[in-house]
Amino acid sequence: MVEVKDVSKVYGKTRVVSNVSVDIKPGKVTSFIGANGAGKSTLLSMVSRLISRDEGEILLDGQEIQSYKPNALAKELSILKQSNQINIRISVRDLVGFGRFPYSQGTLTKEDEHQVDQAIQYMELEELENRYIDELSGGQLQRAYIAMIIAQDTEYVLLDEPLNNLDMKHSVQIMKALRKMVEELGKTVVIVIHDINFASCYSDHIVALKNGEIVREGSTEEMITTEVLRDVYDMEIPVQLIDGKRICIYF
Amino acid sequence: MRNSSKVILLSGLSIAFILLFLFWDLGSSFDYVLPRRFTKVAAIVLTAGCIAFSTVIFQTITNNRILTPSLIGLDSLYMLIQTAIVFFFGGKELALMDSGVHFVISVGLMVVFAVLLFKLVFRIEGRNIYFLLLIGIIFGTFFSSISSFLQLLIDPNEFTLVQDSMFASFNNVNEDLLVLSFLLVLLVSLWAKKLLKYLNVMSLGKDQAVNLGVPFDRIAQQWLIIIAILVSVATALVGPITFLGLLVANLAHELFRTYKHSYLIGGAILLSIVTLVGGQLIVERLFEFSIPISVIINLAGGIYFLYLLLKENRSW
Repeated sequence: MVEVKDVSKVYGKTRVVSNVSVDIKPGKVTSFIGANGAGKSTLLSMVSRLISRDEGEILLDGQEIQSYKPNALAKELSILKQSNQINIRISVRDLVGFGRFPYSQGTLTKEDEHQVDQAIQYMELEELENRYIDELSGGQLQRAYIAMIIAQDTEYVLLDEPLNNLDMKHSVQIMKALRKMVEELGKTVVIVIHDINFASCYSDHIVALKNGEIVREGSTEEMITTEVLRDVYDMEIPVQLIDGKRICIYF
Repeated sequence: MRNSSKVILLSGLSIAFILLFLFWDLGSSFDYVLPRRFTKVAAIVLTAGCIAFSTVIFQTITNNRILTPSLIGLDSLYMLIQTAIVFFFGGKELALMDSGVHFVISVGLMVVFAVLLFKLVFRIEGRNIYFLLLIGIIFGTFFSSISSFLQLLIDPNEFTLVQDSMFASFNNVNEDLLVLSFLLVLLVSLWAKKLLKYLNVMSLGKDQAVNLGVPFDRIAQQWLIIIAILVSVATALVGPITFLGLLVANLAHELFRTYKHSYLIGGAILLSIVTLVGGQLIVERLFEFSIPISVIINLAGGIYFLYLLLKENRSW
């Protein structure tokens, strides 16, 4: 379990994240929702040690993440940020192979190759595995990165807006893959997501942030209601039950 | 062509150029000529290696292919040291100064400056590599300005001595210094060897590298110190020549089209040797020493740099 305790991040005089405490339960998809600037990405970056925090502690299985060795932590928790602009020429397969770096330190063993194969299959990238990443579309590239995270084989997988700039088809494909990772591989997935209907349809638990603080948190049924969403977004959002799914009509 | 065969081809070319440099037009007094040429070629190979290696790594950790380590301001600091010696002690002092002392002072000051700069920048919160470059550029400009100011005050005859050290030259390389440099570089290489495995991952960018368990800041700082030492050694040995690095690092990227640093570093070093030995051949045997080698390199490098900018511009 990841326990976030009283964590804050201050830029100048602005408290971007302010005394946030939240538990991330294993084996679930947890979504962070909220308006732009609510502090979702900052919180996720702090949990994944990409940026430092000013107050509070973050425990992974009872141990402070700062006290983990970088390499050991990379086997427990992985993060995929929203922008991944790189200018190197690398094939999809080699990129996925980087996911094994925490285990093999660069020289892939047979076991590593096997894991890479599996990750590629999992994201249905077999036909693209020898293509260079500068030849891929946005959706394909995102899938390649997720395959890398799968090859990294961590219990916790954190993703910052994985659907950014993707069309409906690829968005659904990626959300289904994440759901499958939770159900079949027993992973714990945490995502920052803007589209509340995707959050509603694919997550078990939703954490809503506003102005750097948690406004509400709970199961999807508790959270996707007109009343809660009014608190979060300051908008009247009717919610309808369609095929057992809660759909927000915010247009 | 496969990348491994490119490496073999480049190695062959380097060896051919080195042999050509050593034995072409040897004349009868080869007892005298050969050892001198050997020293020169050894200096060229060492410089070529240092510059190529440090530039490839610098570009990887900054994730930018148009930067060179000279941006930290080491070249300008070197010029300032030379100018200051002439200014305060006179031109005779620079000419007569024990070359060992001169070398140690130059390398020592450059490395101390670089380490202080890194310590300063990395202590600040939100420390990032571009901030380091910015501070480096400011210091570089500052050093150049002081140098120019001092040069204006110096006696014109003595200024020619300073001017000599503005351009890299392999013509008066001291043998003892060469041995010392080789030892220094060997020591640094042993240190660098431990960090090599991180380079490929670091080229994915800081966030990805941290995600994959690389202690990015710690490793980047160590690399920067290694780079500072290598650049300082090369500069103190032959003069400012870091522009060559930009040329060969980019050529290596274009030629090998890979992210693997084993090829990029090896390729860049070989390209660097070919360029420098070839350039020196042209300078010595074609132009009869009438122009310094760095002029040729800066000319070729400048043209290539413009080409690079135009090409990158088109792909936007």
